[in-house]
Amino acid sequence: MVLSLNALHRHPWGRWLFWALMFGGSLLPLGWITLQAVQQQLGADPAQVIVTFLGIWALRFLWVSLAVTPLRRLPGMSWVMRYRRMLGLYALFYASLHLLAVATFILGWRPDLLLRELTERPYIIVGFTAWVLLLPLALTSTKGWQRRLGKRWKQLHALVYPASLLVMLHFAWLIRAGYLEVLIYALILAFLLGYRLYLKLR
Amino acid sequence: KIRAAQQNAALSTTEKLAPYEHVTGYNNFYEFGLGKNDPRAYAQDFKTDPWSVEISGEVHRPGTYQLEDILKGVDLEERIYRLRCVEAWSMVIPWVGFSLASLIKRFEPTGNARYVEFTTLHDPKQMPGQRSRFGTIDWPYVEGLRMDEAMHPLTLLAVGVYGDALPPQNGAPLRLVVPWKYGFKSIKSIVKIRFTEQMPVNSWQRTAPREYGFYANVNPAVDHPRWSQATERRLPSSLFSPNIIDTQPFNGYADQVADLYSGMDLRKWY
Repeated sequence: MVLSLNALHRHPWGRWLFWALMFGGSLLPLGWITLQAVQQQLGADPAQVIVTFLGIWALRFLWVSLAVTPLRRLPGMSWVMRYRRMLGLYALFYASLHLLAVATFILGWRPDLLLRELTERPYIIVGFTAWVLLLPLALTSTKGWQRRLGKRWKQLHALVYPASLLVMLHFAWLIRAGYLEVLIYALILAFLLGYRLYLKLR
Repeated sequence: KIRAAQQNAALSTTEKLAPYEHVTGYNNFYEFGLGKNDPRAYAQDFKTDPWSVEISGEVHRPGTYQLEDILKGVDLEERIYRLRCVEAWSMVIPWVGFSLASLIKRFEPTGNARYVEFTTLHDPKQMPGQRSRFGTIDWPYVEGLRMDEAMHPLTLLAVGVYGDALPPQNGAPLRLVVPWKYGFKSIKSIVKIRFTEQMPVNSWQRTAPREYGFYANVNPAVDHPRWSQATERRLPSSLFSPNIIDTQPFNGYADQVADLYSGMDLRKWY
C-alpha cells in the first residue's frame, strides 16, 4: 500500500490526483465548520466554538507538517515530502482564520478590546507571536526563495520549532479543568522535536 | 412538575431571556464533562429522586432531610437573574426557587455559624467527569458563602428553570444561585450544607488560588490573571455583531449587595 503511493507519484495523473486529494482534504475542516455555522448547529456561543475549532486545526496541521521529517524516513513514505509545504501553509491558513475569527466574532473589531487583548493577555501574546513567526516561512516557501536563500533557507525555516513551542504554550495556558488533550498534543510535539534532536546528536 | 410560581418582579431583571435551548444545552458542569454540551449529553440518566440533604456543623437542628421535606412549606417563586460566567459570557435566566435564608432559619444556626459550605454529590458511577484521571479538581465540588451573603434576599436555592423542574444538566434537583458572583459559586446538585466558623475552601480556590478566590464577586475592575473581566458576551451572541457589553460591578446588583463588602479591598478579596 505505502509502496504503491510512491509509485503513484511517478505518474503525472497520479501526482495530480493525490495533490487534489490532499489539497481538498485539508479544506474539509473549514467546510464542515462553515456548514455547521450556516445551519446554526453551533449552539449558544458559536463564536467560541468556531475559534476553538480553527485553533485546534491550525495546531494539527503544524504538527502534521512537523511529522513529515520522521515519516519520510519510513520505508515507502518518501512521497510525504512533496506535501510538507502544503501542510505548513495550511497550518498558517487555519491560524490566520483563527485570528480573524477572534477579532471578528469575539472582539467585534473593537479597537479598545483588540489592544487590550494583544498587550495584556500572555496566552494571546504568545499565540500571536507564533503566528508572526510563521509568516516569513510562508512567504519564502516557494522554490524561487528556496534557491535565492540557499543555506540560509533552512536556518530561517528552523523558526518553525520556536513557533510550535509557542503554540503549545498558548494551548496549555488555556487549561481550566482538564489537561488530557493538551497532554496528548504535548507528547506528540515532544516526540517530533525530540526526534530531530536525536538526529542531530547521534 | 413543580408548583406554579409567581414571579418576584422586584428582584427580576426585564432583560431579554436566553432561550431555553441555550440555558439547558450550554453550560459548565464538569462532573459531566469539560465541554459546554457535555452536561446535557451525559446527565440525562442522572437520578435525582430520592434526594436528601445533610445539614451539619454549627446548627441546632442537624440531620439528613429529604428533599420533599425541605420543599414543604417554602414559597416557590420565579426570579429572572443575570448569570455572569467567570469565562466572560453571560445569560439571563428565569429560575424557580426560594430564598436560601428561609431554609437556613429553619435549621437554627448557632452563634458560631459564620460561613455556609455546600457540597455537590460525589458519584463517579453517574458522573463521568469525576472518573477522569486528568482533571484538576478534587471531587466533590465544594462552595461556600459568608453567613450574611447566604442570608441575603437575592441568594436563591433553585429547583426549576423556565417554569419547569431543573433538568439534570443544570444542577437538579437543588442548586444555589448567587447572581452577583461568578457562575461557579452557584453550586449544583447539593447534598450537604454545613455551617462553619472557618471560611470554607471552595473547589476553584483549591485548584487555582491565584485565579479564584472565596468571594468571586463579579468585578470588571479585577481581571482574571488570564483574561479581562471588563466586558462580557451576552449569549446568545451573533457572529458578525457580537453582543459585547460592559460588565457591571456585582453583576449589576451593586445597589443591593455592595454594602456587604464595605471597607473590604476587593482586589485582595477577589
